[in-house]
Amino acid sequence: MNWLTNFVRPKIQQLVRPREVPENLWDKCPACEHMIFHRELEKNLRVCPHCGHHMRLGLKARLELLFDGGAYKRIELPKVAEDPLKFKDLKTYQSRLKEARSKTGETDGIIVASGQINGQDVVVAAFDFSFMGGSMGMAVGEGLVAAAELSVVQDSPLLVIPASGGARMQEGILSLMQMARSTVAVERVKEHGLPYIVLLTDPTTGGVTASFAMLGDIQIAEPGALIGFAGARVIENTIREKLPEGFQSAEYLRDHGMVDMVVRRHDLKETLGRLLGLLRNRGPVGEVVTLPRRGAEADSAGRSKGAEILPPPAPDA
Amino acid sequence: MNFLDFEKPIAELEGKIADLRHMSDGDGINIAEEVSRLQQKVERRIRETYAKLTPWQKTQVARHPDRPHCLDYIKALITEFMPLAGDRSFGEDSAVIGGIGRFKGRSVMVIGLEKGHDTESRVKHNFGMARPEGYRKARRLMEMADRFGLPILTLVDTAGAYPGVGAEERGQAEAIARSIEACLRVKVPLISVVIGEGGSGGAIALAAGNVIVMLEHSIYSVISPEGCASILWRSGDQAQSAAEALRLTAQDLKRLNVIDEIVPEPLGGAHRSRDAAMQAVGEAIERHLSQMVKEKPDVLRTRRREKFLAMGRNGLE
Ligand SMILES: [Zn+2]
Repeated sequence: MNWLTNFVRPKIQQLVRPREVPENLWDKCPACEHMIFHRELEKNLRVCPHCGHHMRLGLKARLELLFDGGAYKRIELPKVAEDPLKFKDLKTYQSRLKEARSKTGETDGIIVASGQINGQDVVVAAFDFSFMGGSMGMAVGEGLVAAAELSVVQDSPLLVIPASGGARMQEGILSLMQMARSTVAVERVKEHGLPYIVLLTDPTTGGVTASFAMLGDIQIAEPGALIGFAGARVIENTIREKLPEGFQSAEYLRDHGMVDMVVRRHDLKETLGRLLGLLRNRGPVGEVVTLPRRGAEADSAGRSKGAEILPPPAPDA
Repeated sequence: MNFLDFEKPIAELEGKIADLRHMSDGDGINIAEEVSRLQQKVERRIRETYAKLTPWQKTQVARHPDRPHCLDYIKALITEFMPLAGDRSFGEDSAVIGGIGRFKGRSVMVIGLEKGHDTESRVKHNFGMARPEGYRKARRLMEMADRFGLPILTLVDTAGAYPGVGAEERGQAEAIARSIEACLRVKVPLISVVIGEGGSGGAIALAAGNVIVMLEHSIYSVISPEGCASILWRSGDQAQSAAEALRLTAQDLKRLNVIDEIVPEPLGGAHRSRDAAMQAVGEAIERHLSQMVKEKPDVLRTRRREKFLAMGRNGLE
């Protein structure tokens, strides 16, 4: 585990919350156009109290929401070669990086953390959309590799939360290679028999969708999240096809068999907790369990009142 | 013969030679000396032009309509080819060619992207832009190859995966992701050759190989220069600048250690001497394959994965 010994000294970071000062005390819901007082919106996890529309949630708020007591250990990620292509468009990549860093206070677009969800250990790799659109370059790829290795070392399930426009063009072919690297990473998690869960958030597109983000054992999406491969504009412009209603939304993907469930933000922690429990704490093993016949009473061991069937998570509003 | 813009001076000289030959028909004037002088001039001109192709010019050469395409390579290098069709869940996609055949006596699985060479065949093969069915067929064939211990050869030539409504509906992203996963899962030798255009996710879906070979004037990129220009320069006219910045030439990719070998093209590009180009690719494949078949299956897979994990950790050398 070279990256462990070389780079990673798990650091407990205090939950410093650099609360952004809102420019405006009121936010307008893009779906129903209601004005919402910013505190009310934050308290409601940035879900519109009027129509249930899910607005983008900041990365740290999301981690606090998911981890028990909002507490987690952040993992220091390996350093990567910076600006390997010396890329310059209208601006240099260096200056775009600098801007993103001062805006977010982060080095790049991913955070890896470990902690507990409903009392169960889990490693989380979460994208920061506010850092250059969550685009995936070397640093993000290394984050995913590190998260996967940590998950194997700790024998904990891996939860990845993408929010990304796709590849980071400024890293050219190296950004494309992250599709293969991230796939190798999650493959190892799976081979160790550990659950790999993906929580797709708004937006998840391009090369991110077309690699690790579609390879989860279980695929969860937030309501209304944009999820797709090609951009809607690219499809419209080049193919001149009319886009159907709700195209590339989380619900559209669920209806087309691409995600298991669309889960409201308020139900995420509970849903993840239950899934992890079902996959990890499988109950008594090593004995043959006879399935109950229809209408049969409990057997002598008291088993099989039939499995308790819990209702599925509440459908999105 | 189709000439590219920068080949105009070459085209003019060749036109002159043709005129001379035409004039001399029947009237006994000895023009041999003049023709041979012009021919030398043409050759010098081609050599000079092709020695210093810009990334944008290489992009045009890589897309040259007369360049040998996937089916040409199969015809030239594979005997007893048996094409196989379908993804077994929705349809057949002729953008992806797949089948079993013999390469220098050895049974192999060949999978490639075919652009077509005239209007009819371009439509049939969807201009080399695969839909989910194509990637699912590729995955199916890779898994089959793995079962029978057949080495896999992939031939990459695509502008990218097809951006359409139906493609998104049927899970283009997932199909690409699973194809990459299959590349990284098989325990047989996997050799990928970029013969023309390696366009983004649609290319890496077939190119996560043990060895990646590129023809001298082929390109491989995270996004087309045109697409990159319209996003980062906000103008499609800057494709030339984007081609430079992206480092998409075989030479740049070799320096980045993303590819393993560059196969030199005949004078004036693969489109001028198609057979010679295809034979050169065949020799490169044979050289790698004859080494790889000696390796243990597990070693082949482990090395492939580790190669991708190590990729990009050093930047431009
Ligand atoms: Zn609303």
